[in-house]
Amino acid sequence: MKGVQFENLRDAGDPAELARAHSQAGADEIVLLDISATRQGRTTLLATVQRTAKQLFVPFTVGGGVKNLEDAAAVFSAGADKISVNSAALSDPDLITTVAKRFGSQAVVVAIDAKRCRTTSKWQAFTHGGRKETGRDAVEWAREAEERGAGEILLTSMDRDGTGSGFDCELTRMVSDAVRIPVIASGGAGRAEDFIEVFQQGHADAALAASIFHYGLRGMGDLKQTLDNAGIPVRWPC
Amino acid sequence: MIAIVDYGAGNLVSVKKALDWLGHASEITSDPDVISKSHKIVLPGVGHFSSTGVLGRSGAQQAIEERTRNGTPFLGICVGLQWMFEGSEEAPEIAGSGMFQGKCLRFPSTSKLPHVGWNHLTISETSRLFRGIAQSSLVYFTHSYFVPLAESTVACCEYGRSFSAAVEKENLFGVQFHPEKSGDVGLRLLTNFCGL
Repeated sequence: MKGVQFENLRDAGDPAELARAHSQAGADEIVLLDISATRQGRTTLLATVQRTAKQLFVPFTVGGGVKNLEDAAAVFSAGADKISVNSAALSDPDLITTVAKRFGSQAVVVAIDAKRCRTTSKWQAFTHGGRKETGRDAVEWAREAEERGAGEILLTSMDRDGTGSGFDCELTRMVSDAVRIPVIASGGAGRAEDFIEVFQQGHADAALAASIFHYGLRGMGDLKQTLDNAGIPVRWPC
Repeated sequence: MIAIVDYGAGNLVSVKKALDWLGHASEITSDPDVISKSHKIVLPGVGHFSSTGVLGRSGAQQAIEERTRNGTPFLGICVGLQWMFEGSEEAPEIAGSGMFQGKCLRFPSTSKLPHVGWNHLTISETSRLFRGIAQSSLVYFTHSYFVPLAESTVACCEYGRSFSAAVEKENLFGVQFHPEKSGDVGLRLLTNFCGL
């Protein structure tokens, strides 16, 4: 079953309302990413998570700024089913194991932002919103994340993100074939056909789209119909 | 009052908010006295089977067994379902409640583990828990261990092999998937349970 997730953007309106609307429109899972870097932002985030979770009955992942077990626990208590870790996991991979041990691997998503290096043709992992190089090979990091207890990998192509030119299927396939946990493809979705490609060629287990301006709320139905026509099993909400 | 049993295995908030949404009063508790006074009992759970060991030690198991013997409806979710059996390969030293015979097994390693995501159900038409739920409905799973097909199975699912997605017998119900995460299908199932 291929999943389609929607990532909420804060400046697009009230996350709680958007999440509910997307889930009603057919999103299989919802991801809420906190892009604020302030302490004040964290309190707001937890309140938002709580409000959003109250009326959401599909899996709900929250990411952004989770640095330790305490942060993770607060996010779960607020109503998230899974947390996503990125920068904090790369600087302290033990965090993955710690959270997985306490809450279960299925609750830990490791987000990897990857950019292709022109000289080596391999992908490097970046942190801090894609600003900081790590020198880590993205595929190798994904393997390590799995070994340390990650339940899923949320893989964002920095090269494709925001371009609407399609997912990076080569990157997605490299990572998906290297690990045995689900890989969620992210970055570059522009047309329904992009989703077909990332499932078939990219071997993705799920795909994430963030731009509600491309799809609108009715677009989810059309998108799933296109996938269905291409023979990709999709879920229709009742 | 529905007692949602807290044994440190997470996932309580999700179940409570689903029941709140549906308008059914519930209380998260680990207190055997509170369980003993409840009209229905829900045992949620994610994570490791070994966490169920605390149920025996805290007196909660005894309270659950006493109430269910007297007909109180009981719903086990995920690890909660698995606890209704005799045990699990995941933690051989911990005994389940033995409400049903059989042990939980690990999926073969040829499949990607855990089994996580939406999957279809094949539902028995006589099930009360699934009344009004369409054949082949999708629900959300996240588990590495499963309950083999049993006499009490009322819904099955395929992941490399067939396994019990739900069991039902008199006042005892158990589901491997997460109804609180399965959209409208899950909410309908919880409504059916609450309506018993």
